[in-house]
Amino acid sequence: MMAAGEEPEILFWVGCAGSYDERAQKITRDICKILHHVGMKYAVLGTEESCTGDPAKRAGNEFLFQMQAMANIEVLNAYNIKKIVTGCPHCFNTIKNEYPGLGGTYEVIHHTQLIQDLINEGKLKAEGGESFKGKKITYHDPCYLGRANGVYEAPRKVLEVLDADLVEMKRCKANGLCCGAGGAQMFKEPEKGKKDVNIERIEEALATEPQFIAAGCPFCMTMLNDGVKLKDKEQEVKVLDIAEITARANGL
Amino acid sequence: MVSQIIFVILALAGTALFAYNARKVIRNIKLGRATDRSDKPQERLMTMLKVAFGQTKMAVRPIPFFLHLIVYLGFVIINLEVLEIAIDGAFGTHRVFAGLGGFYSFLIGSFEILAAGVWLACVIFLIRRNILKLKRFSGVEMKNWPKSDANYILITEILLMTAFLTMNAADAKLQALGAAHYTAAGAFPISSWLHGLLPNTVDSLIFIERFCWWFHIVGIFAFLNYLPYSKHFHIMLAFPNTYFSKLTPKGQFTNMDSVTNEVKAMLDPSFVPADAAPGKFGAKDIQDLSRINLLNAYTCTECGRCTSVCPANITGKLLSPRKIMMDTRDRMEEVGKNIDKHGTDHQDGKSLLDDYITREEIWACTSCNACVEACPVNIDPLEIIMELRRYAVMEESVAPASINAMLGNVENNGAPWKYSPADRFNWSEGN
Repeated sequence: MMAAGEEPEILFWVGCAGSYDERAQKITRDICKILHHVGMKYAVLGTEESCTGDPAKRAGNEFLFQMQAMANIEVLNAYNIKKIVTGCPHCFNTIKNEYPGLGGTYEVIHHTQLIQDLINEGKLKAEGGESFKGKKITYHDPCYLGRANGVYEAPRKVLEVLDADLVEMKRCKANGLCCGAGGAQMFKEPEKGKKDVNIERIEEALATEPQFIAAGCPFCMTMLNDGVKLKDKEQEVKVLDIAEITARANGL
Repeated sequence: MVSQIIFVILALAGTALFAYNARKVIRNIKLGRATDRSDKPQERLMTMLKVAFGQTKMAVRPIPFFLHLIVYLGFVIINLEVLEIAIDGAFGTHRVFAGLGGFYSFLIGSFEILAAGVWLACVIFLIRRNILKLKRFSGVEMKNWPKSDANYILITEILLMTAFLTMNAADAKLQALGAAHYTAAGAFPISSWLHGLLPNTVDSLIFIERFCWWFHIVGIFAFLNYLPYSKHFHIMLAFPNTYFSKLTPKGQFTNMDSVTNEVKAMLDPSFVPADAAPGKFGAKDIQDLSRINLLNAYTCTECGRCTSVCPANITGKLLSPRKIMMDTRDRMEEVGKNIDKHGTDHQDGKSLLDDYITREEIWACTSCNACVEACPVNIDPLEIIMELRRYAVMEESVAPASINAMLGNVENNGAPWKYSPADRFNWSEGN
């Protein structure tokens, strides 16, 4: 697209998990299917994308973060990117909030916000696919989408369109409990304690007796999936990303 | 006349001693790095009015919100009465505002109802802490002084309110007996219930009235001077603390300018940074933290809302955001005392990291911002944790092995896992 001198409406920032993690790759492809379905002109950076630097920053390595950030900003600015949708709340937070101070200012949205926009504009509906009508779904707020950036409604609006039975966990929205992956925890063993954070969270999710647990973050996805497996509930409860649910509802 | 002189001396001494100790607190806060938070004064003012003055973040927990509201309103409104007490004390008058007539009765009547409310709320708070033993008030950091501190505050408030009500009861009885100086004024909806407990002779009533009057006012000055040593300092610091709190999204961490300069110089050798003073990266001790972090520590009233929502703490890890704040304050006090004793350049060989806060604690944080969200006065424990991590990683290169492996992957492969950058687009081939 770039070679043809065209500029995309939106850049889809896939993220490391979305690129490499097998489970998250499915979500990546579903986001692409949705973009394709509504006929939006989008681009991905492919092999030119690199880690935003988020895990380095949260682990305290500001050098490495800024090296990554500046290299990415150079690429994004070179392509004259104006608007970015990310498949991961961590990428979303970093590019939206921490890149502007380093010379990278873009309009950044998370994929749940994009889906909500498309629904609001009437470009996307929940038809032609699997029906979620009356199905019990509970939504887990990712910290870096919810508390960190105040995005609580977009993912819920997307689920409301499905006519599903949306049940909230005791700790939700601003009081949502972390899945245990943030702050670079994803990449290390937890400290000594009496329980893993994702177990605490999955017990709360399962207490709502859901058929689906909706997620919006590839790291939460891993943690929640592991939790469901450990609780031996894989058959009864499926953990799906908001994008996957949307794609399924539209038969994509 | 003698009592007037004693009162004035007491008032001056009480205020001067408080000013002296408050200056020490300000000096300690200034040990930290200067941070510019002079932007957006209107938004800051609104935040202060909403969060500190309006108590909006307390409402999440309705029972303590309601009880605390009574104590807070009691504190603010009954202090109007202190104005009268101060004038009476200095000029030898008695109930100088009595001339306000019906409005005065309304005021005194409202103070009494509030005082009874404060009394009751404090008793309930004591029960919650000591008999019901609510989990939020326990934890490794809540032993010894912090535990006693909380009880001292509540008992003092109960005593002050008891003195205030007993004083009024004796006063009303004296008014009824037509004692000299005790002009009929005020309405006493609560303290009138205490009449039966008091003697009927003028002399003993005057003794009780005077004793309670002095107890109340001396108690207030003593309490004022207790604040700088206590978690109760929040009644003042909550206001500047919320005013200077972070206004950017919670997920936005600071970009370190010193690092930006070095990275730019690395990418472009011709780049000359405007400010060439890198200093230390991150924080090892309180001097490396920002003044906002230090103000946060003095403002913390150890309510434990942060710790009760911390995913690490809930699952039994060592980390407790409240302890982070308390350790920061304790260390700051220690450094302050060293300065008093040995001068500004004294090194005691200790530091916030390791001597107070362990590595295990800082690495247990998920940076989820639950503690920041939960704090009723906008304290940010996460920022301190991040600064300590920055020191550990950038100054010492000491981190858990798996974190080092992740950092190595980001550096070499542009991803936190060991995958080749050339494979980054492979997702497009699956289905």
